[in-house]
Amino acid sequence: MKNFNLRDFGAGIWERSNRYQRVAIVLVTITLAALLPFAGASFLATPVAAYDAVLVYPVAIFVLMSLGLNIVVGKSGMLDLGYVAFFAIGAYTNGLLSMHTGLNTWEIMPIGIGAAMFAGVLLGIPTLRLRGDYLAIVTLGFGEIIRIVALNVSWTNGPNGISGIQMPPPILGKEFALDDQKLFFWVVLVMILLTIWMIRRLTVRRPGRAWEAIRQDEDAAELMGVPTLKYKIWSFTLGAAIGGAAGVLYAAKNLFISPEMFTLNVSILILACVVFGGIGNIWGVILGGAILGYLPDRIRFISDARLLVFGLVLVVVMNFRPDGLLPRKKREKALVKKGASA
Amino acid sequence: MRLEIKDLHVHYGKIEAIKGISIVVNEGEIVTLIGANGAGKTTMLKTISGLRPATSGQIIFNGEDITGVPAHKRVDLGLSQAPEGRGIFPGMTVLENLEMGKFHRHDRKKEMAEDLDKVYTLFPRLKERISQAGGTLSGGEQQMLAIGRALMARPKVLLLDEPSMGLAPQMIANIFRIITEINKTGVTILLVEQNAQQALQRAHRAYILETGNVVKEAKASDLLNDPAVREAYLGTGAH
Repeated sequence: MKNFNLRDFGAGIWERSNRYQRVAIVLVTITLAALLPFAGASFLATPVAAYDAVLVYPVAIFVLMSLGLNIVVGKSGMLDLGYVAFFAIGAYTNGLLSMHTGLNTWEIMPIGIGAAMFAGVLLGIPTLRLRGDYLAIVTLGFGEIIRIVALNVSWTNGPNGISGIQMPPPILGKEFALDDQKLFFWVVLVMILLTIWMIRRLTVRRPGRAWEAIRQDEDAAELMGVPTLKYKIWSFTLGAAIGGAAGVLYAAKNLFISPEMFTLNVSILILACVVFGGIGNIWGVILGGAILGYLPDRIRFISDARLLVFGLVLVVVMNFRPDGLLPRKKREKALVKKGASA
Repeated sequence: MRLEIKDLHVHYGKIEAIKGISIVVNEGEIVTLIGANGAGKTTMLKTISGLRPATSGQIIFNGEDITGVPAHKRVDLGLSQAPEGRGIFPGMTVLENLEMGKFHRHDRKKEMAEDLDKVYTLFPRLKERISQAGGTLSGGEQQMLAIGRALMARPKVLLLDEPSMGLAPQMIANIFRIITEINKTGVTILLVEQNAQQALQRAHRAYILETGNVVKEAKASDLLNDPAVREAYLGTGAH
C-alpha cells in the first residue's frame, strides 16, 4: 500500500460528495463520536481505569488542547512550550471561584476563558516579537512561573491544591455523576465541535491567510501589509482561550486540582499529540490527541513497561511518518489543482 | 511622490551598518544603490520598508515622516518591496502569492482581477504557473513572482532587492527589461544591485555604497563611463 495516503483518501471522499452527502458524513461522524462512551465492553475497553472517565480525561480534553495548541504551533508557526499555563489558569479559575463564590461550572467557563485570554495577551505583547527558539524558551518559562506561583502563594492553597470543586449543574435534567461520565464526555465533545467549527471558519478567511503567510515567511508577510504582531497575538490568545476552557472542564471533572498536575510534561505531551497526529492538520491533531490520550490507559495492564511502550510507539511512528499520522498538505513539493485558493 | 532619506543610521546590536546615509528618489526615477557585499544595501532597503528600525535619521515619503511607521502600514502608503532572496511564500500557489500582495486592499474585488491581468501581461510565465506552488518555481520565476506580488499592492515606489541574484544572464536581462517597463507605467523604483553593469544601464541615477557610507552619487550614465567606477564595480576589461 505504498501509494495509499489516508489524508488524500479522506479529502477525496469529501470533495466528491455533494452538499447532502457532506451533511450526512458530518452527522454520522458526530454520532459515532457521541456513541464512543457505549463502546466500553469492546476491544476499546481500558483495564484498571474506568473507560468513560478515560474518554473524558485524557482523551477528549487532550483532543481539545491539541486543537488549541495547533492554532499557535501548526497554523501560525510559533513554538509554544508553555501551553500548560493556560490550562492551569482555566483550572485554577474554576477552583478558586468554586471555592469562594456560588458560581457553577458554566458560569465560570467564560471567566476562565477570559482569564486565559488575558494572560495570553499579557504574555504575547512583549514576547511575540521574538521568534523560534527564543519564543519557545520564554513560553516555557511562563508555564513554569504559573505552576510555581500556584505552588507558593497561600490563596491557591499551595501544594495542597484546591479540593471540593463543585460538580457542574445538571443539563436538561440529567445529573453529572462520578460513576457515569457519559454526560461529561458529551459536554467536552460539544466544546471540541465548536472549536473545530471556529478554526475552520477562521482558516478560510483573512486570519487564516495571515497566519499561513506568517508561518511561511514572517518578513514577507509584513511586507504584504499583514500586521504580523497583531495576528500572532490573536493566534496565541485563541490558543490560550481553548487551553483555558480545557482547564475549567478538567477541574470540574477532577473536582480537585494541585500544582503538580500542571508541569512542563503536560505542555510537552500536548505538543507531542500535535506533532504525532500531523502538525497543522486539524484531523491529524484530533487523531494524535485521541491516540496519545488513550494509549497509556489502554496498555495499563503492562504497568511498569507502560511508559516504555508509549515512548517506543512515539519513536517508531515518528520515524516512519516524520510529518505525523495525517500530515498537512505539503505544497512546496506538489502540484495542486488549478484555481485552488486560500 | 518623493522618497527622501536624511542622515540615516542603522545598527545591528553595536555594529553600525548604515553610518549616516542621505539619498533622494524623485518621482518617476529609477535610482540604484550599488556596492559590494556588506556595503549596507540590503539594510538600507529593509529600513526603508520598515523591517529594520532606524537608530536615527529620517525617512520622508511624500512629504510625510514615516520613520516610525510599522512596515505593514508603509504598504498602504504606496511603498512596496520585493524582498531579497525572493522571499515568496513557498507553500502557496502563484495565484495565492499574488493575492497576498493585495492583503491590505482585500475589499477591492475589481482591482484584484485588473491587477492580476497587469501582472500576467508583464510576466506571461506566471499565468502558465498559476496553480503551481511558489517553492517549485525556478529562480527566475520566483523573482518574477516576488516583483509581481509587490506590484499587486499598486505601489508608488517599488523597492527591489538584488533582483538579479542567482539568475542566468538571459533571465537577468529579461528581468531588467521588465523593471524598465514597470518604471514607464509611472512606478518609481529604488533598486539595490550587485550587478552594477545592468543596474547602471537601466537607472537614471546611482549611489555607490561602501561600508555604510555613500561614496559617490551621480547620473548612472556618467558612472558607467567613470574609469574608477569601471575598475571597482564593472571589471576593468569588460564591455
